[in-house]
Amino acid sequence: MQALSNIFWLGIKEIRSFLGDWLLVGLVIWAFSGAVFEQSKGLSDAVNNASVAIVDEDNSTLSRAIRTALYPPYFQEPELISADEIDAGMDHDRFMFVIVIPPDFERDVRAGNQPSYQINIDATAVAQASLGAEYITHIMMDEIAHYAQPGAGTAALPVTLVSRRAFNPNGTQRWFGAIIALVDQLSMLTLVLTGAALIREREHGTIEHLLVMPLTSVQIALAKVWANGLVILIAFTLSLLLMFQGVLEVPVAGSRGFLLFGTALYVVAAAAIGIFLATIARTMAQFALLMLMTMLPMMMLSGGMTPVESQPLAVQYLTYLMPSRHYVAFAQGVVFRGADFAILWPQVVAMIVLGGAFFAGALMLFRRSISASK
Amino acid sequence: MYNAEDGSVSNVSGPILRAEALSHHYGQTAALRAISLSVPAGQMVGLLGPDGVGKSTLLGLIAGARKMQAGGLEVLGGDMRAASHRRAIGPRLAYMPQGLGKNLYQELSVQENLDFFGKLFGQGQHERRARIARLTHATGLHPFLARPAGKLSGGMKQKLGLCCALIHDPDLLILDEPTTGVDPLSRRQFWELIDAIRAERAGMSVLVSTAYMDEAERFDWLVAMDDGAVLASGSPAELKARTKAPDLEAAFVALLPEPKRAERPSLTLTSRAPGTGAPAIAAKGLTRRFGDFTAVSDVSFEIERGEIFGFLGSNGCGKTTTMKMLTGLLPASEGEAFVFGHPVDAEDLATRKRVGFMSQAFSLYGELTVAQNFTLHGRLYGLERHAMQARIAALVARFGLAEHLEARADALPLGIRQRLSLAVAIIHEPELLILDEPTSGVDPVARDGFWALLLELSRRDRVTIFISTHFMNEAMRCDRISLMHAGKVLVCDTPAAIAERDGAGSLEDAFIAYIAKAEGIALEAPPSTPEAAPVAPAQAPGAIGGGAAGDAAASGFSLTRLLAYSYLEMMAVLRDPVRLAFSFLGSAILLIVITYGFSLDVDSVRFAVLDEDQSPMSRAYADAYRGSSYFALNPPLTSAEEIDRRLRDGSLSLALQIPPDFGRTLARGEVPEIGAWIDGANTARAGRIESYVAGAHQAFAAQLARGAGIELEARQLALAEPRFRYNPSFESIYEIGPKSPALLLMLFPAILMAVSMAREKEIGTISNFYVTPTRRLEYLIGKQVPYIAITAVNFLILLLLVTLALGVPVKGSFVTLVLGTVLYGGAATGFGMLVSSLTRSQVAAVFAVAILTMLPTIQFSGLMQPVSTIEGGGRVIGSLWPTTYYMHLSVGAYTKGLGLTELWSDLLALAAFTPVLVLLASLFLKKQEA
Repeated sequence: MQALSNIFWLGIKEIRSFLGDWLLVGLVIWAFSGAVFEQSKGLSDAVNNASVAIVDEDNSTLSRAIRTALYPPYFQEPELISADEIDAGMDHDRFMFVIVIPPDFERDVRAGNQPSYQINIDATAVAQASLGAEYITHIMMDEIAHYAQPGAGTAALPVTLVSRRAFNPNGTQRWFGAIIALVDQLSMLTLVLTGAALIREREHGTIEHLLVMPLTSVQIALAKVWANGLVILIAFTLSLLLMFQGVLEVPVAGSRGFLLFGTALYVVAAAAIGIFLATIARTMAQFALLMLMTMLPMMMLSGGMTPVESQPLAVQYLTYLMPSRHYVAFAQGVVFRGADFAILWPQVVAMIVLGGAFFAGALMLFRRSISASK
Repeated sequence: MYNAEDGSVSNVSGPILRAEALSHHYGQTAALRAISLSVPAGQMVGLLGPDGVGKSTLLGLIAGARKMQAGGLEVLGGDMRAASHRRAIGPRLAYMPQGLGKNLYQELSVQENLDFFGKLFGQGQHERRARIARLTHATGLHPFLARPAGKLSGGMKQKLGLCCALIHDPDLLILDEPTTGVDPLSRRQFWELIDAIRAERAGMSVLVSTAYMDEAERFDWLVAMDDGAVLASGSPAELKARTKAPDLEAAFVALLPEPKRAERPSLTLTSRAPGTGAPAIAAKGLTRRFGDFTAVSDVSFEIERGEIFGFLGSNGCGKTTTMKMLTGLLPASEGEAFVFGHPVDAEDLATRKRVGFMSQAFSLYGELTVAQNFTLHGRLYGLERHAMQARIAALVARFGLAEHLEARADALPLGIRQRLSLAVAIIHEPELLILDEPTSGVDPVARDGFWALLLELSRRDRVTIFISTHFMNEAMRCDRISLMHAGKVLVCDTPAAIAERDGAGSLEDAFIAYIAKAEGIALEAPPSTPEAAPVAPAQAPGAIGGGAAGDAAASGFSLTRLLAYSYLEMMAVLRDPVRLAFSFLGSAILLIVITYGFSLDVDSVRFAVLDEDQSPMSRAYADAYRGSSYFALNPPLTSAEEIDRRLRDGSLSLALQIPPDFGRTLARGEVPEIGAWIDGANTARAGRIESYVAGAHQAFAAQLARGAGIELEARQLALAEPRFRYNPSFESIYEIGPKSPALLLMLFPAILMAVSMAREKEIGTISNFYVTPTRRLEYLIGKQVPYIAITAVNFLILLLLVTLALGVPVKGSFVTLVLGTVLYGGAATGFGMLVSSLTRSQVAAVFAVAILTMLPTIQFSGLMQPVSTIEGGGRVIGSLWPTTYYMHLSVGAYTKGLGLTELWSDLLALAAFTPVLVLLASLFLKKQEA
């Protein structure tokens, strides 16, 4: 009972300290509003606004028709250039794709000579390059077929394919971007806020004051976790209602209560990592560097930026140790697929286990770090 | 003006400073209230008064370290509001801020510290060497030239601080509480040193603040201050005559306004009933080592119940470490400690409830109000609600805190804050109170009031009190004291017995004798007296170059000063190898993890088939998918509901539905329909899968046609001929390899830079920038250069990894890449500098840099998608962010094989960031404290 009361009152103190620092409050607000908005809006389809140039050595009705077939939002209006401009244009990144239509192209198509045309692709942006090339090939095929046999459409295949996307039928890029932005900010803020709260208390010496009172290190750590976690969770909830569902208009398919429950679990796990790092670090500089080393893999390898199953196996095993990987899967499941506990229990269990493990590790190091700080 | 020939100031008669109605506020709190003051030149002037009366503020204003708010102030014959005047007198001033070695660089050696200050005043190498030799010989620091300042004792730190202040022969020397927390022997030596210097440079004025009344006797002129106002000024004799007081402490008290004076209680230590039972505290051979440094060595004592036990010693002598061992905060390396007969155990919460702990520094939460502090502590000690309220009410009344209940603790005057700390520490009625320097910096009256409370607690409530202090007169009020020095207890007895032993007469003399004995110093001829080591053996101080040369070098931009800061920063970084290792190793590990794990490819898409036909043809269709590495086959589906379920739980990313009679329909020449359900949660990935499905479908159709003797390919009207430029094998490593360093070389340098700047503000070395003739740009660029160098080294490490470990060669111009890196380093560190010029603490700086850099660096700089394809505000942010250009340049130089002719625009863009960011930072960086 007394333990719970201690944890509660220490946490209240923690929240008061946070609210007293307008800079922290301001940054948290920005992270959950402006940053989420920009990140989700900024993400576009893999091929968007791509720069194209056409070298038209044919200058026929067909080639002119092709020029007008590439249009926004996928492609910018194609620029007409000469063959000797290709290299410089691509070197300077003016064009991502350059289509070269050879002389007598139209005549050869008509004659059934099956002429070739060239697509130069800047292959340093792998994702955009492959998809963009595919789009261009399809558009070209349609255009040529339309020209050769008006009204016939593409050469009909013997089997029709009907593709449907589940959970996001229109493929609105913003939806996925929004959830990832929210997860990223959530991870970073929880980690930094909790860790910094501990470092600050140690640098000001108040931690020792706490340790001579009838408090255990578990209580001190738990208070930091719940208080900072609650601040973040409230910010998250507001962001979910106002920014995520309000401004960005992303529908939440599953139960919002369940989403909050999972988020709370994740926040505890992330806060435990924050405490863990703050305990290892002796100074703010070291904490900052450790934080970077943790945050970058968490942001880049948890499935938000690239799918986990494309990673090499060794890295996949590593990502199992990151609570963020499970949370990304969890949040996607609830928001887009409307999944419930029956489906997502492995993620929930993983977050509990990892959170517990990091917390236990942090506690073990906690006492030691106090005695090491002279 | 200063005359280099005879080392005197010609206008000795005029005042060296004149203040008129000078006021200063911190938020709502007034630190100085309309002070008017005139101080004669060429004298040793003492600012007398407890902490928090505005002494430090006044000295900071005089030194030009603080920004003036209201009123007028003239120093050395000019207006301190004018930046030009401040810059002009910079070389004639020296300022040593409060706190042991506060303006010293702890990681740097004595020699390096002195060198740095010499360089700031434009002294050449020869001149510096001569001056340093002279000063260190005079102060006895010469044997320790190579020792880091952080490892000097408190007294030696203050001597080094003095050397640093004297290196440029100032006309006005400002010392803010130079002897607080220094042991009595070092204190005595310090004053002898000042006397020697003054004897030699008669023209020099010295302005000293002190809280020790006994030191004030040695000053020529005194300014007594209280509560932001000047009580009186004049020579010590005048003050004593005016108040008819026997000594200055009594004179000071007599000068205080009426209500404060009335509070002064009479402090008499009544006799004490002998303690019963186990001693409250017993220490047996306590020893504590930190590495090879022994902080506390074999300390033993016992404290009886009900006793007031004083623990005397200078800062850093081991008092606090001993107290920490007794409270269980710090495990002892050797020996044992008992509290109430129980061995000290960090986990023993029951004992902790019987102990109260207080120290001036960390007993309160400044951001909470007085009432909140009370409740927090009451709750934490588990007081029941009603009992707690009654207890708080009683304490508030007893300690006179009623009018402050709603004030924030950090806004309270020190004396009241200290009373609050004590009240909070005894909220749970402890039997033992441990007080770590509770009265340092508190005025004599408040101190007496505090002691009255302590005596009452001891004699009435029979609380055992264990108190540490460096005030000798406080020690006289204890039942017993122990003297501690350099980790050892020198003596332990009643104060009267110690004072009388060896016929020393006073406790201070006895203490000095003990320290001298412990250090093996013969008191008759201390090494630092002017006779033993004259400060200027052969030359007059001005002769080695003189102040005039310094004046000339002070005006205008100085490369020497800039490089002095660079050297300083470089040494500081090199002395903290952990930080460097974190940065280099950390970025290397991250590079490997990211490039290895971060795959933009989409493959092994989990798919399953709902085959409602089960014919050879339907199996052939599924085979078209199974053969591709893009897809990974999962157990078949059995019903349409299962499609939904398995997509929902994420075990499938793609489900294919082959309708019944697929084979037969096809054979009939009709066109059957295949359904493909794709997990659309991750939109980009869904797009890729969609195109893979289309490809596999096409492949099946082609195969089918081939079976029927038709080459589908031949039926196409035209053929596309894709040419993958720059990356013909189309592997994402050639993209991510060059892009990853761009991420890391932004984040790491920005954070390192920001923390380094914020740290100077926090620990106080920034005051050297305030009071020396350093210009903003010299300071900023000087500090930036080493971090750009670190960025470059980091780049080389990453380059080796990318080229050797990842096998991505630099096909283009290496020189361009290096050039771009240096410019990029300037931009990244510039951003860190800008952020930290706007923040006050390290926590805030780290928080702000992390939040503000992560998003644009990772999302808007072209890592995932080219900046041109980003929409909205992200695109604007991206084009204003240096990473965009460096990432582009890096990909260009590595993978595209480009050189200067193609990449000059990126270089130009990168080059523009540094000046803009540095100028912005210099705009926000204040040359004075607020």
